[in-house]
Amino acid sequence: MSTLFGVMSLAILLAQHPPAWLRHLVDEARSPRTEGMVGIPGGDWRPLFEVPEQRVVTIEPFHLDRDPVTNAEFLRFVRYFANYRRGQISELFADAGYLSHWGGPTLLGPAGPQLPVVNVSWFAARTYCSVRDARLPTEAEWEYAAAAGETRPDGVNEPGFSEKLLAWYARPVADLPAVGQSRPNYYGVRDLNALVWEWVLDFNGSLLTDDTRDSKPTDTQAFCGAGALGARDSRDYAAFMRAAFRSSLAASYTARSLGFRCAKSRKKGGSE
Amino acid sequence: MRREHLTAVSVPSPTLSAPPSASVYDLNLALVDQDGRAFGLDGYRGHPIVISMFYASCPYACPTLISELQHFEGELPVAVRESLRVLLVSIDPKRDTPEKLKQLSRERHIDEARWRLTRASEDEVRQLAAVLGVKYKPLDGGGFNHTSVLAVLDQRGRLRARREGLGKPIDRQLLDTVSLLARE
Repeated sequence: MSTLFGVMSLAILLAQHPPAWLRHLVDEARSPRTEGMVGIPGGDWRPLFEVPEQRVVTIEPFHLDRDPVTNAEFLRFVRYFANYRRGQISELFADAGYLSHWGGPTLLGPAGPQLPVVNVSWFAARTYCSVRDARLPTEAEWEYAAAAGETRPDGVNEPGFSEKLLAWYARPVADLPAVGQSRPNYYGVRDLNALVWEWVLDFNGSLLTDDTRDSKPTDTQAFCGAGALGARDSRDYAAFMRAAFRSSLAASYTARSLGFRCAKSRKKGGSE
Repeated sequence: MRREHLTAVSVPSPTLSAPPSASVYDLNLALVDQDGRAFGLDGYRGHPIVISMFYASCPYACPTLISELQHFEGELPVAVRESLRVLLVSIDPKRDTPEKLKQLSRERHIDEARWRLTRASEDEVRQLAAVLGVKYKPLDGGGFNHTSVLAVLDQRGRLRARREGLGKPIDRQLLDTVSLLARE
């Protein structure tokens, strides 16, 4: 009897003041689907271009799609959301190249279903993710995940890592292969560095402009806060290319080598 | 080989912001003004507007932005000024509460009959910034790195003129655009 009472008291106590591990389990159970996603532990990330106020970004644990979003997956989305179909989407949200590789507004045609979807704008990508109760990864999250090699989180110190990356950047855009063909990285994420360029949530966070590129001090009239001090690691040539590419993007822009994948915060499973 | 690949990914001629025929009001954002009232992004539909993004605790660019906007208005003929509306949207929804915006409005003697200082959700801020071509990045100390953009929208929310950067002489093109729109 007293044992039963003890167990019940403990249960009540746990329900009222759950320890951290239990709360974590409950949160995990409550959080929306994370199928096809990989858990990435949190950590520190140093932005490529250092700003005095922000030398290190702390990344909270998050989920990231194992593979880029495919044509087939995006087709399901536009079947539901007619205003994101080619020909119907507002010019505000996508340029004329939007899904131009498909056979029709709701028809893949020559576009392979398992190929990464490309020719998608930032607006379309972010809406797709929000429908999945997810979001685009931040630049910091994306770069943090993509910095991993196959065997260690700091790929730059893995033999052959940089060479493989640069070989990909040097390769012409031919026919894209299907997603998920590359070896998973340390976290289990695939194709981050070897298939298509990918949208990030804060693509417009980079203040890399003509004015700052030649490392003149930033114009305090135009920018609130300070500009780039200098780059963290000049070995990371691929990261420079990505930063330059992102800084040239507009939200309605589409390209035949630009796709995306979704992410989700681990804690609340919310969109922010 | 490399050149071919780079050509494929480089942007032919990047449009930094909304194309001329699209209405920025397609964004359909739900703003809240300095009095805590709901105010749609298109709340000034039917008027030419100047729209800009800022944050209240910004030490340099934002006070300048408001001064420049007031100065800009002063250059307009009275009739044109009467029809112009000014919409400021904060990029700092965490700290820029309606109370904070109201305080700023009082301090800067803002004409609230024609101006609104508003806040939006973090996600909405990102979308509006994307459309107006505003680049911004939150910093650890609570501030932001951001570009200052003044955009003139017509009565239907289409982007008609845009200027980046502050501390320059008053932009004739912006003035002329507003005057032209006021006559439509």
